[in-house]
Amino acid sequence: MTQIIWDGLFVGSFYALIALGYSMVYGIIKLLNFAHGDIYMLGAFIGFVMLTSMGGLPGALGIGALLVVLLVSMALTGGAGVLIERFAYRPLRKAPRLAVLITAVGVSFTLQYGVSAIMGSNPRSYPVRLEGDVFDVLGARISLPQVLLMAIAAILMISLNTYIQKTSTGRAMRSISLDMKGSLLMGINVNSVITRTFFIGSALAGAAGVMSGAYYGKIDFMMGFLIGLKAFTAAVIGGIGNIQGAMLGGLVLGLLEAFGASVFGGEWRDVFSFVVLILFLTLRPTGILGERVTERV
Amino acid sequence: MSVVLGVNDLQIAFGGVKAVDGLTFDVHEKEIIAVIGPNGAGKTSAFNCITGFYKPTGGSVVMEGTDITGHRPADIAAVGVARTFQNLRLFNDLTVLDNVRAGMHLNRGQSWADAIFHTPRFKRSEAAYTAEAHYWLDFVNFEGPRGVPIANLSYGQQKQVEISRALARKSKLLLLDEPAAGLNYTEKQNLLELCRRIRDLGTSIVLIEHDMGLVMELSERIVVMNFGREIAEGTPAEVKANPAVIEAYLGKDEEVEIDDNA
Amino acid sequence: MSGSTFKSQAPRRMGPVAAKVSGLLESKYLGWIALAAALLAPLLTASPYSLNVMTTAAIFVMLAAGLNIVVGYCGLLDLGYIAFMAVGAYTSGIVSRAFDLPLFFTIPAVLVMTILAGLIIGAPTLRLRSDYLAIVTLGFGEITRITANNLAVTGGPSGIYGIPKLLTFGDFSVHSPAVFYYVTILIVAFFVLASARLGKSRLGRAWRFVREDEDAAEAMGIHTYKVKLMAYIFGAVWGGFAGVLFASHLTAISPKTFIFLQSALVLMAVVLGGMGNMRGVVVGALVISLLPELLRDLSEYRYLAFGLLLVVAMVFRPKGLWPARPHEDERTGAEPQTAVDAAVSRGESR
Repeated sequence: MTQIIWDGLFVGSFYALIALGYSMVYGIIKLLNFAHGDIYMLGAFIGFVMLTSMGGLPGALGIGALLVVLLVSMALTGGAGVLIERFAYRPLRKAPRLAVLITAVGVSFTLQYGVSAIMGSNPRSYPVRLEGDVFDVLGARISLPQVLLMAIAAILMISLNTYIQKTSTGRAMRSISLDMKGSLLMGINVNSVITRTFFIGSALAGAAGVMSGAYYGKIDFMMGFLIGLKAFTAAVIGGIGNIQGAMLGGLVLGLLEAFGASVFGGEWRDVFSFVVLILFLTLRPTGILGERVTERV
Repeated sequence: MSVVLGVNDLQIAFGGVKAVDGLTFDVHEKEIIAVIGPNGAGKTSAFNCITGFYKPTGGSVVMEGTDITGHRPADIAAVGVARTFQNLRLFNDLTVLDNVRAGMHLNRGQSWADAIFHTPRFKRSEAAYTAEAHYWLDFVNFEGPRGVPIANLSYGQQKQVEISRALARKSKLLLLDEPAAGLNYTEKQNLLELCRRIRDLGTSIVLIEHDMGLVMELSERIVVMNFGREIAEGTPAEVKANPAVIEAYLGKDEEVEIDDNA
Repeated sequence: MSGSTFKSQAPRRMGPVAAKVSGLLESKYLGWIALAAALLAPLLTASPYSLNVMTTAAIFVMLAAGLNIVVGYCGLLDLGYIAFMAVGAYTSGIVSRAFDLPLFFTIPAVLVMTILAGLIIGAPTLRLRSDYLAIVTLGFGEITRITANNLAVTGGPSGIYGIPKLLTFGDFSVHSPAVFYYVTILIVAFFVLASARLGKSRLGRAWRFVREDEDAAEAMGIHTYKVKLMAYIFGAVWGGFAGVLFASHLTAISPKTFIFLQSALVLMAVVLGGMGNMRGVVVGALVISLLPELLRDLSEYRYLAFGLLLVVAMVFRPKGLWPARPHEDERTGAEPQTAVDAAVSRGESR
């Protein structure tokens, strides 16, 4: 039982990291960034390339080097997110929603098959594999890398939350999500704030990519598809557009999934989480923490 | 004269703001009624409640004996209420004729199987749709091209198409939301004459309008709203003389004087 | 009226060749020309390989025609469309093997199952905002695939083998590739024509009204929810029948066939061809399915190219490469006044 909870929380913290990007972007420009899961994949591959080019690393240096790789990958995926926003989404900001969604599908395709064309379509094994002592807490087997990765995830999320609550950019983000035109009239540089949002969201997804590569050891160009869908589910569960909601949603989905898999069997895990998604969207589209969004006549 | 539409103590609130607060009026057969009031008085909200786009938080709307309070817009349209929108809501990518055919959706006359096999029934029904679309465009004296997308038309022509679309619904009641906005003098005169011809078809009209000249000349009765409340109702002459109305439009006496001095 | 109003309708200047091509594309005989070309194609090349490619392309055209109803006409983004094909293919495969029937006789079962699938996916989700709908359809697509992968009745990951032929009359069966190709072409042609005709009917107009402005459509008495559900059901049936053809063509189906990539390819055919324009969609489907066969060497880059093309198309031509250009004749003067009077008075009596 405690094992299930622990596993759920661990997977859930990955979901939460990615869900944040979905939620931030959705909150601000009401865009469902379909390619977000692929940014996670991109992060994993950037980390892979860097670690491979460094060659073998002594085990002691592993963690430190991994942190550096993590930061560089975050910067690069963040940059990729900014470019995507600039060239694919910004020209369509006033376009019908259907066109924007289709563009997002196109971006997702481009990222997936771009990486596949460069890196090949077969899975790659990560050059660094986090391994460490396993200890027993209340009947759950917990490994040191798991604790480490969750700590990194927690630090990233807490700093993001502080950033949004305390800084002027954070304030600008919140005001744009309430009223873009009004914010523009109040002298907020909307484009620059949107750029920052994409940078932060993509950087977080990139971090999750590197972390999962290092933990699970295998990466491939389609790895972002499923987790992107899961992270979107997490964002919806928490209340899309809501930052704390995304974190909460990630953990809740991780837990639900872990329980669902133990009840229905592992092969139904994904079906279970999609059913959760559909139930939430139809019965409570505002999520746990979300506020009511009314579409005006 | 029989009552077509009965609005009784209609209320709607958004959060704490009561946009419409106890509106009551009747529309009789072949009657033209104007709803006037300053901006933000709740006129369009009232229209949206009557046509089902907002769910009223209180009161009732009765159309020819059928309670339609809070029903969905399509059902209300089927009972016999047609409307236009304050800012044109046409189907921009579709042709003028198709836009007018939208008003005839409830005419039926063909099934999807007829369409797939192009049965004689389908051809008859399509010919009738087209003929009738032309009829209603003629009725509003539309002179523009009819086979091109609506986006190619001038604003005044688009307004004409919106009215023909509503007319094609052949409803007992027509709600017009600011039909004269953006029209020039000649177009307004044509609108005036058009409204009378619509009334002569047996259709009652309720219109929201800011052009007082038009309202006074056209309407048989006027409902005046301010801050969601109904502050006066009566013939044009009665309303013109009503102190509450004058206050709502011009402010209190002192303020008028200050205006004069300035 | 100012002269510039008609700018977009003015004939663009083009060379004689371009004008001929344009005239041909807009010709009302284009459908017949295309059908004739498809029927004559085996005379040029009838190798098993080329027949296989052409049959697959024809089935793909049918899928695109079905998705065009949902996305092009009605404006609902469906990212899991291939699920309907899976439902059709599995239903016919399972039923025909269980009762040892030719596939043709599974059509009633396929019809029931696809309509059911359309209802199950559509009913709870069509009230959602458009972007939520997209992701839910994606989820349903994955649910369908994973379910087929996990269940015993669908054969698990290895799927169903040895699916019977489409039709057998005593000794004569529709199993030679050429005969099957012709049967496929005729069926696909019927469905393409049917969806084009649906687009120009009362129901098709209602779909477009909903796509353009749901509120205005409601105000005209159109039950937007019912109309959307109809689009979904028609799309599902088209996809299901394509699935039957697919199962019959390959005689084997497995969950691997029904991945998101396939849904995305059908969507690309619809979007790039020109949403809502059936001619454009058919061309788009042919390009998407035949181009990779012609450019085998570049196969690693084809999906990358499709993805980029999709983005570029949306940024520069958001209505697709060959969008529907709504246009109809001005008044012909052929309508007799009596017909008008009849139409109007009939309406007034309601």
